[in-house]
Amino acid sequence: MLFALLGLHAVLAASAAPLQRRLGRGVFLVAALAPLSTVAYAAARAGEVLAGRAVTETLAWAPQLGLEATLRLDAFALLMVALVSGIGVCVFVYAAGYFSADAPKLGTFAATLTAFSGAMLGLVLADNLVLLYVFWELTTIASYLLIGYDDRRADARSAALQALLTTTAGGLAMLAGFVLIGEAAGTYALSGIIAAPPSGTTAAVGLALICVGAFAKSAQVPLHTWLPAAMAAPTPVSAYLHSATMVKAGVYLIARLAPAFAVSVAWWRPAVVGVGVATMLVGGYRALRQHDLKLLLAFGTVSQLGFLIALFGAGTPAATFAGAALLLAHGLFKAALFMVVGIVDHSAHTRDLRRLHGLARGLPAAFAVAAIAGASMAGLPPLLGFISKEAAYEAFLHGDLGGLALPGLIGVVAGSVLTFAYTARFLHGGFGVKRAGDDLVGPDVSRPSPGLLGAPALLAAVTVVAGVAPVLVDDLVNRAAAALEPGWTPEPLALWHGFTPALAASLLTIALGAALWLAREPVERLQAALAAPLGADQAYDATVAGTLRGANAVTGVVQPGSLPLYLGVILLVAVLLPLSGLLGTTTPEPPPFAANALQAVIGAVIVVAACATVVARRRFTAVLFVGAAGFGVAAMFVIQGAPDVALTQLLIETLSLILFVLVLRFLPDRFARNRLRGQRAVRAAIALAVGLFVSAFALVAAAARTAPKVSGEFLSRSYAEADGANVVNVILVDFRGLDTLGEITVLLVAALGIAGLVRVGHLEDRRARRFHDDASASATLGGRGTAEEAP
Amino acid sequence: MRRRADDELWVPSVILETGVRAVFSTIVVFSLYLLFAGHNRPGGGFVGGLTAGAAFVLVYAAYGPEGLRQVVRAPPEALLGVGLLLAGGTGVAALLVGADFLTSGAVDVDLPLFGHVKLTSALVFDTGVYAIVVGLVRMVLSTLGAEPSR
Repeated sequence: MLFALLGLHAVLAASAAPLQRRLGRGVFLVAALAPLSTVAYAAARAGEVLAGRAVTETLAWAPQLGLEATLRLDAFALLMVALVSGIGVCVFVYAAGYFSADAPKLGTFAATLTAFSGAMLGLVLADNLVLLYVFWELTTIASYLLIGYDDRRADARSAALQALLTTTAGGLAMLAGFVLIGEAAGTYALSGIIAAPPSGTTAAVGLALICVGAFAKSAQVPLHTWLPAAMAAPTPVSAYLHSATMVKAGVYLIARLAPAFAVSVAWWRPAVVGVGVATMLVGGYRALRQHDLKLLLAFGTVSQLGFLIALFGAGTPAATFAGAALLLAHGLFKAALFMVVGIVDHSAHTRDLRRLHGLARGLPAAFAVAAIAGASMAGLPPLLGFISKEAAYEAFLHGDLGGLALPGLIGVVAGSVLTFAYTARFLHGGFGVKRAGDDLVGPDVSRPSPGLLGAPALLAAVTVVAGVAPVLVDDLVNRAAAALEPGWTPEPLALWHGFTPALAASLLTIALGAALWLAREPVERLQAALAAPLGADQAYDATVAGTLRGANAVTGVVQPGSLPLYLGVILLVAVLLPLSGLLGTTTPEPPPFAANALQAVIGAVIVVAACATVVARRRFTAVLFVGAAGFGVAAMFVIQGAPDVALTQLLIETLSLILFVLVLRFLPDRFARNRLRGQRAVRAAIALAVGLFVSAFALVAAAARTAPKVSGEFLSRSYAEADGANVVNVILVDFRGLDTLGEITVLLVAALGIAGLVRVGHLEDRRARRFHDDASASATLGGRGTAEEAP
Repeated sequence: MRRRADDELWVPSVILETGVRAVFSTIVVFSLYLLFAGHNRPGGGFVGGLTAGAAFVLVYAAYGPEGLRQVVRAPPEALLGVGLLLAGGTGVAALLVGADFLTSGAVDVDLPLFGHVKLTSALVFDTGVYAIVVGLVRMVLSTLGAEPSR
């Protein structure tokens, strides 16, 4: 069934484009069937999965390599599926209202979004590292297409490329890490690795590489710059990408691995928690400076992802529990907030928080949603965000984190203060009343269509209900934590724990956050004075530019464009490499020049033709002599009784002669006489070396046989097994049929490539000639030619 | 096979045209013979395809690119694609009947005129090779020979 759900995503993705032509925007509602079925299936199996019985399905993938495609739905995967597909349904419904009916490429977009949703689903279900990697990169490719949807905008294109480069580079590191871990553990099954984690240097290096991949995907410092840039995507994509998919993939992987490695690998905790906290602070700090609502939220996502990585990375039962709760809370409020920004953008046609004015009155419903989701993000009771933040503080206060507990606690409290402040900035900036200004927009703006409001309103409602009555999500979060960390004893999610240190930390967070927001003007001035404190964007640009420069330099050295040089290098390598193997062998007796008179005559003809080729002055003459030598060889085959080979040789010679003639038309009639004596000597030396070497190699190779000949066996089996009396043909089409298939494929691809190159050359020639003709025509006709052509 | 006036710089030769007209069909039939007989006698798809290719080269020499285009309507890319499809399809067909990739099979049939004939799956494979070789020759002629000489 799990495979069928993935298949449903694939089918709907494939049929989205044709459906869009009939249904228009309605295609999103049809495509929503894929995540909707997934949610329905997950709900049906939830009881069993939450009771600890994971659903597992296996397909043989490449049994020869020991590869199996295994999907596993345990309680943590169930939580992820609820996010990926549940929010997925909301995003699809929202997208149906978001796009105008005549938006370009809507079918392709819907197809990509469906594929993206399916890939993410596969990622959280995959129990095999190789399968996980495949889905991981599928999400990367899909996100590239989604971010770059508006390909007429340069910023969308460069943002898409940045996301692709960053996450793929991380993904490659991760693949190497998977191989190292898989080899060290002796299994590529994720569940098997976690059950019996490998140790040693190989595993540690592999783990570090996996962390790099996860950090790149989850936009951790210093690889975070692609995520704010990716807000160039249409808002439904941002809502999905920031809340439930893509960036959560890295968090997911860290969450899976942390319980197994956090204690046994010494660097894990300080490194992962350190990166997480640093990201939380950097994201929050940058969010405080933004004027674009969407960009503000994007940096907010960076910050929250840091929070998640810090929690899951800590790898203690309590921190894992807090992480699971925050994962759910963040998915709900972040998707709702992005959708609200989309509504504001549609109604006010700007996202600049300095210009939006009084929209709380103009867009009351959107404001209500934003207020609820924002309060959850800021960590205010009685919402899910508050509960998860309390749990996080609790984890750092009472977890067994040793020396990491205090710095970790200070880090996440500071990050939450920033979160509170940028949430206030978001709500005030987007919906508050501003002092009078010139280009304020609002409060009278066009009302959004009800279709746009449904999805975010639903998400906000879930945030409230789950906060007021946490018992509804209690089991899901607790069991998810227990699936990751068997040591976790379920504990009810609750708003009120009594007067605990965590509550004090929460109150401190709110107080400091409010102070930070009230002091926003001095803070902004201070931030401006410290402009660009972190050069991660510049580092990315410099890396890309440096790679291009390096590639240019290398290409300039190895591809100077001189045909003689290329040929010389190729021929010398062809001689020198096998020569080393040839040196130790015994020299066989050279065979006699000819066995009979006929062979002697033909041999003489071949030798004369070959010598004549070398001394010929005209290209055409040389080609004819080469042909003569070739025909001589064909005659030799005839006398030796090899009609098939002779026939082939004869035809090939004929056709290559004609090919030469066709090409010769483009070359000068005579060979250019090379005036540099030294160069001629070098070329002659290379030619002689090649000739001598090939002859010697043929002799040695013919005498070097150690195994019995296969020809006898081929002859005896030719008719019996392959129904052919011509053994040459049987070898080609049967015994060595796979080789032939490979060869004709290569031949075909090469031919298409060369034909393409030649045609491009023709095209450029023609363009140049037409330009020349036009110029001379207008010159002779006194400019009349150009006058006629002018519109 | 008619020459068209817009093949500029193409020097017609009555002797060549008549000669090619006389031998063309024979060469093509011979190439088909090579293809079909190849499994048991000298020949095969590769040699057969080259022979047919030689016939097309003759047409090209006598009638020019436009003349060749009239003889073989199919674009070379189509020939290449069909060829690879046939050869690869033979392999896949073996998979479909439960054998290993590219396993050959044979059927004995009695045909009027031909008598007893053994049809092998290798013949389909070879036909693919034949089509690819013809397509290649055709492609060489149309890319390298397309422009009138300067």
